[in-house]
Amino acid sequence: MRKYKEKIMGGVFFVCAITSILAVLLICIFLFANGIPAMGKVGLFKFLAGTTWAPTDNPASFGIFPMILGSIYVTAGAVIIGVPIGILTSVFMSMYCPKPLYKILKPATELLAGIPSIVYGFFGLVVLVPFVKTVFGGNGNSILTASILLGIMILPTIIGVSESALRSVPEQYYEGSLALGATKERSIFAVIIPAARSGILAGIILGVGRAIGETMAVIMVAGNQARMPAGLLKGIRTLTSNIVIEMGYAADLHREVLIATGVVLFVFILIINLACSIIKSRRKD
Amino acid sequence: MKKLIQNIGKPFKKAADTLRKFHIGSKVLKGLVILASTLTFAVLIFLIAYILIKGIPHLSPKLFSLKYTTENVSMLPAIINTLIMTVCALIVAVPLGIFTAIYLVEYAKKGNKIVGLIRITAETLSGIPSIVYGLFGMLFFVTYLKWGYSILAGAATLAIMVLPLIMRTAEEALLSVPDTYREGSFGVGAGKLRTVFRVVIPSAMPGILSGVILAIGRIVGETAALIYTAGTVADVASNLLSSGRTLAIHMYVLSSEGLYTNQAYATAVVLLVFVLLINFMSSAIAKKFTSK
Repeated sequence: MRKYKEKIMGGVFFVCAITSILAVLLICIFLFANGIPAMGKVGLFKFLAGTTWAPTDNPASFGIFPMILGSIYVTAGAVIIGVPIGILTSVFMSMYCPKPLYKILKPATELLAGIPSIVYGFFGLVVLVPFVKTVFGGNGNSILTASILLGIMILPTIIGVSESALRSVPEQYYEGSLALGATKERSIFAVIIPAARSGILAGIILGVGRAIGETMAVIMVAGNQARMPAGLLKGIRTLTSNIVIEMGYAADLHREVLIATGVVLFVFILIINLACSIIKSRRKD
Repeated sequence: MKKLIQNIGKPFKKAADTLRKFHIGSKVLKGLVILASTLTFAVLIFLIAYILIKGIPHLSPKLFSLKYTTENVSMLPAIINTLIMTVCALIVAVPLGIFTAIYLVEYAKKGNKIVGLIRITAETLSGIPSIVYGLFGMLFFVTYLKWGYSILAGAATLAIMVLPLIMRTAEEALLSVPDTYREGSFGVGAGKLRTVFRVVIPSAMPGILSGVILAIGRIVGETAALIYTAGTVADVASNLLSSGRTLAIHMYVLSSEGLYTNQAYATAVVLLVFVLLINFMSSAIAKKFTSK
């Protein structure tokens, strides 16, 4: 009887364990099966490289190149703003921060990660948009605003991963550098950071994944015009916002094309994940 | 000539020595480090303070009426929906996540190929953006399974979304239970199952719990995955197959319509206070865990 129960529960645990495999399979199957036919109907080249998005025109054109560029631009902007600040903050957290302060700051970075994206978006809408409007001009809904907001949002990812990478560098490296007469800063920037670079790189890539997949916050500050990027202070639409904005009223081919947009986004994310795990496995060797 | 060169060189050497003494480069770097970290935490404090100060005055009792109308834009129905949604998603995700962790830590043999596959898929799942989960939920639960825009479809989508989080924290918690506990339990004649449920899980409980709490935080704050699975109906869902908006979606609708900015501030306060509580609880439990 007892042996029987053990066997059954062992089976139950195994079945539960393979649900995550099942989930990934289901997601792939349903996204690809619903999205790829649309790419065929529009024509893969016209879909990916077409520069006009006018789904309600007659004849409609479904080129998502403006949105691909939009996603890349705001992500690049977020990296330019978020990565230096994030890495320097992680240096502070791991090298300079006194212990009592650390006990406050560490939960603070976790809080930064826990704030819902809709709250970030609202904050961007009521604070950053007017700020960019008065300081830089334009109407405030722009690539720049989205980049600043996303730069803030990827900070906790970059800080967390780089901090643990910096901490995993052996103490002797640091002490050796100090013993050779280098200053603390020089030891950190010339010895420890290079030694931790693969971990820091993994953090940056994770941050890129977050930025490219972010939806609600970007919708609220980016302006969402579906056209080729026209300038840093002009609005832009990303792949993610394109889906949320138009899925509500889309039908037939339009709807299928939006799902295909999701497929493109999904493939981007898979590539990013792959890059991240390659870096991780290289680090272990 | 040689002397002349030495004499010309002298002031430069002196200047270089003073520079080295003050280590201009190091000072600049240190300044940058401090500037960047001040900026990071200033942004966080400013964000929280701004929303609390602007939002708290708008928290009126009207916003907590039981029934939503376009006049009172009450958030209470959305709060109730959020509760229902959270419970439903956790009922699915928590056992799945914990059982998966049990399989990985206690049952799977080392070098098992499936274990590697499970880890890779869990990592993939945790990297997928919420809008892609939303699309999948719409295609699979809403359309293919014909659940329609419903709490159930939303909860199922969210359950998959938080599964990797619960799984990973539970796995870490189980791994940190010392093997001597297991050996002791086997030694007094308990079977594997009894050891897992009576010895390993209770001692891993704080770690598991803090993961579950983080998952609650993600569920409550989620928007993009829910718009096209749970829908945006503003009333309390009458059953699991009817649509209902959660608090985060409520806030999105309010702020994107542009008519209810004050109410959006108030909703932001409620969301933010909730997130603060969640984070505080999670770290308190984790701290208790480590101090043991």
